[in-house]
Amino acid sequence: MKKVITLLFTAIIANAIIAQTVDPTITVPQGFKAAKIAEGLGTARHIAISPKGEVYVKLNYGKRSKYQNGILNLLDLNKDGLIDSVNAFGNFSGTGIAIKNGYLYASSDEEIFRYKLDANDKVINANNPEKIITGLISRHEHEAKAITLDNAGNIYVNIGAYSNACQVQDRQKGSPAMKPCPILDSAGGIWQFKADKLNQTYGDGIRYATGLRNVVGLDWNTATNSLFVMQHGRDQLHDLFPDLYDTKQSAELPSECMYELHKGSNCGWPYIYYDHLVNKKIIAPEYGGDGKKSTDDYQSPAIAFPGHLAPNGLLFYTGNQFPEKYKNGAFIAFHGSWNRAPEPQEGYYVVFVPFKNGKPTGQWEVFAKGFAGKDKIENTRQADHRPCGLAQSADGSLFVTDDSKGTVYKISYNK
Amino acid sequence: MKRIVLMSIGFIFFMAVIAQTNTLKESMNRGKKVYDKVCLSCHMADGGGVPKMNPPLIQTSYVLGDKKKIIYIVLHGMNDRIPIEDEYFSNNMASHADLTDQQIADVLTYVRNSFGNKADAVSISEVKAVRNPIKKK
Repeated sequence: MKKVITLLFTAIIANAIIAQTVDPTITVPQGFKAAKIAEGLGTARHIAISPKGEVYVKLNYGKRSKYQNGILNLLDLNKDGLIDSVNAFGNFSGTGIAIKNGYLYASSDEEIFRYKLDANDKVINANNPEKIITGLISRHEHEAKAITLDNAGNIYVNIGAYSNACQVQDRQKGSPAMKPCPILDSAGGIWQFKADKLNQTYGDGIRYATGLRNVVGLDWNTATNSLFVMQHGRDQLHDLFPDLYDTKQSAELPSECMYELHKGSNCGWPYIYYDHLVNKKIIAPEYGGDGKKSTDDYQSPAIAFPGHLAPNGLLFYTGNQFPEKYKNGAFIAFHGSWNRAPEPQEGYYVVFVPFKNGKPTGQWEVFAKGFAGKDKIENTRQADHRPCGLAQSADGSLFVTDDSKGTVYKISYNK
Repeated sequence: MKRIVLMSIGFIFFMAVIAQTNTLKESMNRGKKVYDKVCLSCHMADGGGVPKMNPPLIQTSYVLGDKKKIIYIVLHGMNDRIPIEDEYFSNNMASHADLTDQQIADVLTYVRNSFGNKADAVSISEVKAVRNPIKKK
């Protein structure tokens, strides 16, 4: 009898632990498990994990978070797999964070800093980072400076266009477009800087790629040795051109695009947008388009997704934990839409795009869903959680941040 | 006689209240049509806006406070980085000066009395006053 009771007791405790480490609201493929390892962190944007397993999260609006800082080092002191303690530093709000060659890089909306890491991947001097880039344009819209690094000592920075479609009056029905779009001189593209040089600004970097309205998810693909980015497509086709687009078309278009960039790439914003329904680059209505006229100018996307899903995280999976099909494929965290109303909103999930020989193959698939907590979202704020950042841990698990409630999910695979 | 006078006054008052209620209701109905066409795509059907992008229209000092301020925003749009209830919002708002004074009065009356808000109506003359301010000599 005593044995039975003991067994029962053990089962209950084990159950309690499982209830903490598996989040039943998140649906993942067979064999995978999604754990909620931290919550309530604040506006958890991008995330970086060091080779020794140190987890760093960048907070936006960090000054007003309970941590009073913009970077969190998440700690699991009792080694139960859940975050139990947080070390906060970095008194600036922002989105970008990355780890490369013994340094932690983090961005505000105007500057990029780096912190030297010690032998255990802990930040050495949390109050004295090196300022490597300064003076970047941040004008109200698309201000997040997402970053990634290559293996040749360069850092790539998104400088988003402070505009929807480069009209004289932003988002104003009837306001003409600027021709050529002057925003592209200093924004609307990806800039390349040196990862180790102090106080660089526009004159020190190069405009690596242009014609990108805003990029939040970007990653260096080590298999192709090239930069991949996810563009946030323009908004309000129906609001601005109700005679050309109905609300359904405006919800579905334009596509959210993945581009493989090389030095000099031009992806065409604001002059064109991509339409995944007809696989064409369509002339933007502000620039003489009628919703149908297409062009061969400008770079085509590697793959395109339905409109307004808001890709905020991109990660090429290089680990060995997940099944073979995931190797060198891309995970994308879709923040979820707002610009589909009055149609239902869409997104709020993590997608997987299989790759072969450096190109997407076949169809993309929803990998993890349920973050919104509801089947139908009409108003964006109804979504409980919104996926934003992605990182791969040393053991090959996938981490996902949520900037709505400050949750961190860990998705792992067990045959 | 006194009673008839009192009753008459009461009746007039009663009719005035009904008229006002009807006016408010009619203005709200017209305002909803304007809201759905012009405002909903950014501020959402529930007036809740989009976190960190488009501000909510629920219980904020901008919506419930000084009417001149909210009329001015509808007429001129908003491109400044200004906190609303201690929160920043990224997206620029276009000017809606192409709406008539009546439409602006209706839509603001609708917004001020929807989504859990309760505030007095916005009149056409109030919109006019902000649209065409009397220039000081």
